[in-house]
Amino acid sequence: MQNDVVLSMRGIGKVFPGVRALHNVDFTLRKGEIHALMGENGAGKSTLIKVLTGVHIKDAGHIHLDGAGEVTIRSPQEAQALGISTVYQEITLCPNLTVAENMYIGRNKDLIVKWKDMEKKADAILQNLGIPARAKQQLGSCSLAVQQMVAIARAVDMECKVLILDEPTSSLDDKEVAMLFSLMRDLKNRGVGIIFVTHFLEQVYEVSDRITVLRNGELVGEYEVEHLPQVELVAKMMGKELEGLSDLVRDDNAAEDTSTPVYEAEGLSSAKGVNPFEFAIRKGEVNGFTGLLGSGRSESVRAIFGADRVTGGKVKMDGRQVKIAKPKDAMKHGIGYLPEDRKDDGIIADLSVRDNIILALQVMKGFFKPISQAEAEKFADEYIKALDIKTASSETPIKSLSGGNQQKVILARWLLTHPQYLILDEPTRGIDVGTKTEIQRLVRKLAEEGMSVTFISSEIEEMLRTCSRLIVMRDRHIVGELKGTELTQEHVMRTIAGGGD
Amino acid sequence: MATNKKLKWSKYSQLIVPVLSIVLIVIFNLFRDPSFFSIEITTNNAGSTVLTGNLVSILNGASELAILAMGMTLVTAACGGQDISVGALAAIAGSVFVKVLRAGEITPVTIALGIVACCAVAMVFGAFNGTLVSVFKIQPMIATLVLFTCGRSVAYWINGGATPTVESPLITAIGSFIPGMPVPTPILIVVLMAILIGLLFKFTTLGLYTQTVGINQRAARLNGINTTGIKLVSFMILGVCCAVAGVIAVSRLSLINHETLLLDIEMDAILAVAIGGNALSGGKFKITGSVLGAYAIQALTITLYAMKVPSTDVKAYKAIVIILIVVIGSPVVKAKLSQVWKNIRSGKAEKEAAV
Repeated sequence: MQNDVVLSMRGIGKVFPGVRALHNVDFTLRKGEIHALMGENGAGKSTLIKVLTGVHIKDAGHIHLDGAGEVTIRSPQEAQALGISTVYQEITLCPNLTVAENMYIGRNKDLIVKWKDMEKKADAILQNLGIPARAKQQLGSCSLAVQQMVAIARAVDMECKVLILDEPTSSLDDKEVAMLFSLMRDLKNRGVGIIFVTHFLEQVYEVSDRITVLRNGELVGEYEVEHLPQVELVAKMMGKELEGLSDLVRDDNAAEDTSTPVYEAEGLSSAKGVNPFEFAIRKGEVNGFTGLLGSGRSESVRAIFGADRVTGGKVKMDGRQVKIAKPKDAMKHGIGYLPEDRKDDGIIADLSVRDNIILALQVMKGFFKPISQAEAEKFADEYIKALDIKTASSETPIKSLSGGNQQKVILARWLLTHPQYLILDEPTRGIDVGTKTEIQRLVRKLAEEGMSVTFISSEIEEMLRTCSRLIVMRDRHIVGELKGTELTQEHVMRTIAGGGD
Repeated sequence: MATNKKLKWSKYSQLIVPVLSIVLIVIFNLFRDPSFFSIEITTNNAGSTVLTGNLVSILNGASELAILAMGMTLVTAACGGQDISVGALAAIAGSVFVKVLRAGEITPVTIALGIVACCAVAMVFGAFNGTLVSVFKIQPMIATLVLFTCGRSVAYWINGGATPTVESPLITAIGSFIPGMPVPTPILIVVLMAILIGLLFKFTTLGLYTQTVGINQRAARLNGINTTGIKLVSFMILGVCCAVAGVIAVSRLSLINHETLLLDIEMDAILAVAIGGNALSGGKFKITGSVLGAYAIQALTITLYAMKVPSTDVKAYKAIVIILIVVIGSPVVKAKLSQVWKNIRSGKAEKEAAV
């Protein structure tokens, strides 16, 4: 049994400035198995992969490879020479070269390139693996799935023993996924060890033999697929044990609210691949979208705000039909949106705290009605005080504030517009515990004052504490809606995992 | 209070490099020839009292560059790229101006019409550049390469002659002096443009939006800013700047030569933006910096001419000084200098503590 092991990583540790990304993580890959690597955001999946492929240098631990003994991997080239190949989610090949050129690019050691031989060899491999592509075809003319398969074929031809597939299925449709899976099974039978990184639960159960779960940079465990029901996997990823979960019953929201919803969507869908969904929120309600990373929870709220191109559906506000095609439309109808990605979508890094606070209100007032310096100063000071934002002054560039304080500035930006419906996507991610509870408390308070709030968080307890209704998503579909006594961790996780088991 | 003072200072820190380069050029000239900056009051051929001297020629000569630098700053801030077609566009605008004036008698009304017409045409061309950049997402330098290449031919077609002239005392008044006014008119036009752009910033949110778009386009969109529109507007404003620069250049000579009018000025305009401490990758900007940069470049040129450097060599000497300015202003050197400064200060503090 032990002889089957192609790769064993023991006690791997990796520290980035201020963050412990991996701590004492073990990982074992056997010959001819498909091994899923699972974990939520920040679990350490990609760091582990990067350590294995030489992108990051490990700080602690050992890596053993079958046939090579203990190895130190300092660069992707070294990893490749050792037989470790990676196929990334984004195709890293050249679409304007032919399939054969892509398979052999950068591998030729001779001065003269023997194109004919190369094409012959490429065709042989493609045929052998049953990949529907020809050597002379331009890679760009193949579908994404086939391009990915060509990348795999290249890896196989380089005699890889360890094949890492990083989110290979996220941009494929069902048929293409099936095609990829049959190739993966084929390779598995040929003895290749495959590490499969994905966030699609169903796919893990369809194709993998074993699952290793990471959480917060630590190993949770290694399991055989048949011995780990889906609901338990979810619990392990989220760090909850099913036993001993206190079934705390909530007493609020007992009476059914029948007033006209503040916001109501019917069959809403967007270009970012959310399946059409129904959704409504009433005055003073706090609800949440929950689900694993990639389940479509962020994409759904982005569709509500018009942040991604809306492709269909009807939207009503206070019972009147309205059109929300872009963020400005949403803002005009009193919707605010704090984005998930604070750095890329939220802050204007070089601008002052003051300019960051007044930005949304300024846009709503219009191009020809600039907020005066004095007024801006007043607004900024008011919210710096109200939200206790720690900054040297309102002139300080927002980029020099801590993450939690930056988040408060963005929150201030939207509160200043006095929205009737506020969407908060991961407002507490990456910020300290103190600020976290402050934000939760603020959300409850705003709701009591009549604001409707949608709250998204990766942490279930936080959602349970803050929301009175949870919309559960899986694989870009809404799969359930929980409220009242159903709001327990176990219930949520069962709904996320889906199915009877 | 102390932090407040520091912040007030840091607001202007961007201007250190352009101010410093001007100061250095001034000091250099004072040592070389103390009379360099003397301003004389003379009477010109038209019989009016005017100011002359190197200082006046620096301010006067840099007018077109200063105006173009204002617009270039906006485009740079919003798009993170530069427009290399400003010289060509100025030639087109100048030709339109000449065309309108040559249609009949030159009166204040026709001059006003000419200016309006050339501004309108330049805005259309600016919108063309802006559309390529904002809608089709072409890199600004490549997008404006189109007009850079064909602009001077277009300028030629408009009048269909090599160097059509527009002789009139009114034109001379725009190009050199208004009778009774001792300051050259181009300098006054720069002041007028600065006021106009200042008002634009005061009464609209253009400044805030431009910086927001330049710093974080995704966030700008999520806050309801029309990012395409802002980029387009920046190019149209630059178009107006080109038109005004074109009018000044035409009026100086009372004729237009489509081949040489403001030739190679685009590179100086970009340089002025850079010397002004503005990031060529976009974002925060200070137009004052760019204008000071323009004057620094012109001061350098005039100094070299005053030193009797042959005109064929001027560009080479200019390049040397510019390398110095740009290297001193580079983030690498800035970081190093501020580190040295910190060390000196902490050393001082330690000494004081020891005492």
